[in-house]
Amino acid sequence: MNVIELKNIVKTYDMGGVEEVHALRDVSVSIGKNEYVAIMGPSGSGKSTLMNVIGCLDTPTSGLYLFNGVNVSEMDDNELAKIRNKEIGFVFQTFNLLPRSDALHNVELPLIYAGVSASERKIRAQEVLNHVQLGDRIHHKPNELSGGQRQRVAVARALVTRPSIILADEPTGNLDSKTGEEIMILFEELHRQGNTIIVVTHEPDIAEHAIRVIRLRDGLVEQDELVSKRRTYTAALAS
Amino acid sequence: MHFFQELKEGLAISFRALRSNVMRSILTMLGIVIGILSVTLMAMAIEGINRAFDKSAAAFGTEVMYIQKFPWVSNDDWATIRNRRNLEVHYAARIERQATFVDAVAPAVSTVRRLTYGDNSVESAFITGTTHQYIMASGGTLADGRFLSAEESAGGRAVCAIGASVVENLFTHDDPIGKSIRVAGYPYTVIGVFDKQGGLFGQFTTDNRVFIPLESFQTHFGGRRDVTIQVHVTNKNQMEDAKLELEGIMRQIRNLAPGKANDFNVNQQEILTETFGPISATIAVIGLFITGLSLFVGGIGIMNIMFVSVSERTKEIGIRKAIGAKRRTIMMQFLSEASALCLIGGLVGLILAIPLSMIINQFLPTAIPISVVIISIVISLVVGVVSGFLPAYRAAKMDPVEALRYE
Repeated sequence: MNVIELKNIVKTYDMGGVEEVHALRDVSVSIGKNEYVAIMGPSGSGKSTLMNVIGCLDTPTSGLYLFNGVNVSEMDDNELAKIRNKEIGFVFQTFNLLPRSDALHNVELPLIYAGVSASERKIRAQEVLNHVQLGDRIHHKPNELSGGQRQRVAVARALVTRPSIILADEPTGNLDSKTGEEIMILFEELHRQGNTIIVVTHEPDIAEHAIRVIRLRDGLVEQDELVSKRRTYTAALAS
Repeated sequence: MHFFQELKEGLAISFRALRSNVMRSILTMLGIVIGILSVTLMAMAIEGINRAFDKSAAAFGTEVMYIQKFPWVSNDDWATIRNRRNLEVHYAARIERQATFVDAVAPAVSTVRRLTYGDNSVESAFITGTTHQYIMASGGTLADGRFLSAEESAGGRAVCAIGASVVENLFTHDDPIGKSIRVAGYPYTVIGVFDKQGGLFGQFTTDNRVFIPLESFQTHFGGRRDVTIQVHVTNKNQMEDAKLELEGIMRQIRNLAPGKANDFNVNQQEILTETFGPISATIAVIGLFITGLSLFVGGIGIMNIMFVSVSERTKEIGIRKAIGAKRRTIMMQFLSEASALCLIGGLVGLILAIPLSMIINQFLPTAIPISVVIISIVISLVVGVVSGFLPAYRAAKMDPVEALRYE
């Protein structure tokens, strides 16, 4: 069974009056378990809208969205919140950490909303932070961390609930190329460990790390194919 | 998530938020502090006055009727009653003979005179001449010694029973019992001391009063005065019957033709409570309404700052929603922030109100009943929830996509 099953998804924004914006015209996409997908497209192509729909931040105007076989296209706010909490790990371009909370609390946050006990929360958050090599920075606040470290806290936060997919929106957009590379190495490792990863990006370099690339244009899927020459760090290291 | 876990997390988040904006939190709280302070002080003053009134009214005795020339509280035109005749001492004997619902009848006449004992003196004390039955037909109780005996009262002996403030003013060290004081120069031996009554109607209490036998009073201070006849009703449940009977006897004494209005009044404590009750309730409503306005303004301050807080933290709300916070969770977060602000403000107001009410107590009776304390805390919580509701609702229904985009 596919993790994500999008069938004829349409998303229309009513801009007031008679004018309507068709962000997604008719998108059908399936993404299976342990896939590594890049969603590409120029600005205005609808990739942000598609990400919001896949991430259950927004519901489609029409069409069917099955997440792990469950129809989420007609869920209400609270049911969507639950799916986001348990099944989706977000990584944003601007990190989106809570500025006044330390790394540990930021990573704990999804577990708080999941109703996990305080003691278990601490253990799990600590574990994931160790995993992203920030075990010694758990009481640092975001402004005491470098950009790459912040993004790794965000990745840890995305991982802590053991979600079905990791959904990353321009994860390297605010990082220099070296730290961007570190994050892509981390993603590659996570993919190898069995996670399903979807990266939304407009940078071809980043997209080439994925196994499959979906290109959007004007709200339609223009191209959906496997990456012919995949850039992997393990391969690069080997050569 | 469970409600209590949500509440706990909400409170933890709010305290972090309040701490990061200390100045703003304190200024906002100040509105609630002042609001709760004024409402609480008003409630304490009202309660204090009510208690003082009840205590004062009790000094009249709940089962005592006062047959007098004038009513205590009247809607009648003064012109129609000002020419009434004085009551006379001999009425008392006739009432005692005829009345069936009463077990004590005491005529009382009063004047104001100077008291001395050694170097101490009281310039204007009330001197009341009465009989041994007075102690039953009044609200007063003795702290020490005894009241006039039947023999002393009939024989017009030079003995007296004195009120609590007379004792305070005349006897700094000595035990008053058995001492001789001078009432307008005439020596009287103290045989009894009354309990302190206090209260609002200073001149009606026993506190500043000296009781002497009626005979002695008439000898020393003259006999042609208006008399009050105090009557004790045997059974509290027969107050109405007793009143009707007393009015009947008085009409006979006065030879009033049927259809003619009474030219005397039978007064009782109830008249005062009936009169005072609505007045005090009106004062309470108006007073609490006016002070409540300041609390209302405080609540608006909270609402205002919560709206600011919500829009400042739009991004944060977006993040929280993206990673799984439900509407209810966000709502709870901001409601608990508003409630925490108000509750802390309310507690501070309350803590300030207690010493302040003690200071006010020097001029006006106040009381700090536990109910006022609890109600103030509840009110500050309610203000928090009510004024936090709209901002919290706005936060809860934010669209996560829009909120995340906010910078």
